[in-house]
Amino acid sequence: MTSTMRSVVGAEAQDEPGDVSTGTVQPRRRRAKRRYRLTPLVLSAGVIILMALFFIWPGVLGLTYSFTSYKGFGPMTFIGLDNYTKLASDPTFYAALGRTLIYTVFSVPLGYALSLSLAVALTNLRARGKTAARIIFFLPWLVSPIVTGVIWRWMFGENFGFVNYVITSLGGGAVPWSSDPNLSLMVVIVASAWAGAAFNMLLFIAALNNVPKSYYEAAELDGANGWQRFVSITLPGIAPTSVLVILLSTLGQMKEFAMIQALNNGGPGTSNQLIVQYIYQTGFAQSNVGYASAASMVLLVILMVIALIQIAINRKATR
Amino acid sequence: MRKKSGEIRRSILPTTMLWVLAILMAFPLLWFLLSSFKGGGELFTYPLSFLPREWTVDGYMRAWERIDFVRYFGNTIVVATLTTALTVFFCATAGYALAKYRAPWLSVFALCILSMTMLPGEVILSPTFSVVRDLGFYNSLIGVILPSILTPTGVFMFRQFFITVPDELLDAARIDGANELSIFFRIMLPLAKPIMLTLAIISFQWRWNDYIFPLIILSDPKNFTLQIALRTLLGSENIDWAILLAASVISMIPLVLLYLVFQKYITSSDINTGLRD
Repeated sequence: MTSTMRSVVGAEAQDEPGDVSTGTVQPRRRRAKRRYRLTPLVLSAGVIILMALFFIWPGVLGLTYSFTSYKGFGPMTFIGLDNYTKLASDPTFYAALGRTLIYTVFSVPLGYALSLSLAVALTNLRARGKTAARIIFFLPWLVSPIVTGVIWRWMFGENFGFVNYVITSLGGGAVPWSSDPNLSLMVVIVASAWAGAAFNMLLFIAALNNVPKSYYEAAELDGANGWQRFVSITLPGIAPTSVLVILLSTLGQMKEFAMIQALNNGGPGTSNQLIVQYIYQTGFAQSNVGYASAASMVLLVILMVIALIQIAINRKATR
Repeated sequence: MRKKSGEIRRSILPTTMLWVLAILMAFPLLWFLLSSFKGGGELFTYPLSFLPREWTVDGYMRAWERIDFVRYFGNTIVVATLTTALTVFFCATAGYALAKYRAPWLSVFALCILSMTMLPGEVILSPTFSVVRDLGFYNSLIGVILPSILTPTGVFMFRQFFITVPDELLDAARIDGANELSIFFRIMLPLAKPIMLTLAIISFQWRWNDYIFPLIILSDPKNFTLQIALRTLLGSENIDWAILLAASVISMIPLVLLYLVFQKYITSSDINTGLRD
């Protein structure tokens, strides 16, 4: 996506010098050009309408809601920045936001390490059975977030789960995976790494295959061991993909909702309520649409800041 | 001979690493699948055994009775298929427009689509709900389909692909007097078949597993999609695990079949522009 981003911006810069010199263009060419102007509009009409209906309109509406005390029905009363000032001193909001940040900070590196390991293991020339392993690695991609939650809830059940069974058989005590907030979040983190690994693995495989083989051969001749080769050739070679994977998974984790609902429903209690669940609860369960929209706008700004920071890092790294 | 045994020795470590990871990744799924064939009593009796002591499809039969799978499969297939078809079509046309035409507004359009990747639907839940309701599609499958057709990922996949198609092809067709739209439908679209297939598979998976939009837009259980129906099993205090496990397995069957058929298109295509949705 980062490369896309660069080319989009690039396209803007090198836009049609012909446009400027329209006056000197032959009449016939001009008519042809006008025809070429209508066609892209016809081709993009569907997407433009969908974007206007389900992206721009809701976006503007959401911003408007955030300045009102709208309840989902009835009149919209303008209340200025009240929602935002209230939000600034709402401990539940901070708790949800903080929990989401903790979740993201732990699950992104774990997911990164897992998907990179899978990709490295799959691209190793000497490993056997890669076709079968590839199919296995990709299976979690098929599993819906809800079912992912069910699978891991089942694995980590306190009185019936496989993990606690192994721990107690080895002489340990049953670990409170669902009644301790931090342990419960840990299970969610592991589950998210498992669920997201397949897709990122594909991105890494493409990147790993593009690292020139000659670099490895040269390093091997110089006596570099496997780990040294990995750190000084592989990691720099896949840096743009790493930024992409980290960006996408950060944005993805910040809006986690379905999987955690199935796994522990933000529990125990509301201790693991993440930000999207908070927005859902206030907006739909309590019908505080105005207030929930203000919280959404805060999330939106956070997501944009994250994206811009990572794009800036990538620009610097590739320059 | 010596060389061969050396090769085997050197492949031991990578192969072990690969298969340790494979077991780690497969285990949760396998444990879940095998558990679904255990009887209600055996699920909770220590010591647990990996393979069911007594294989039973009791959970499956109860799940089938408890959940109206025919209806929910039907709803989900309608939503996933229609959305996917529309997604592929609209993303192809817009991606082509972005790749092969130049105009100031197209750059703005591209930036708008790009910004959609950063502003996910979760951020505009309530307003999207209002829009769908005001359009009159609350509690209908159309209300689930329409907002999820447009995916920036799809548009960029096609854009990247059409950029690689040489402009000479387009110019040649123009010189032959072909109409712009028929160039797209007759020449360009058939070239993009691999991208269409990849996007179709990815999109079908997304829509099959979608949760949050169906959750807010569908209120009548008759219109639920599978994921929302599964959620009803999770709602109660005492989860009936035998039913939940079996129902979860059933819900995955169509996607697994699809994956087995199209496996090579998903895992071998390098979806460099592929983002998650």
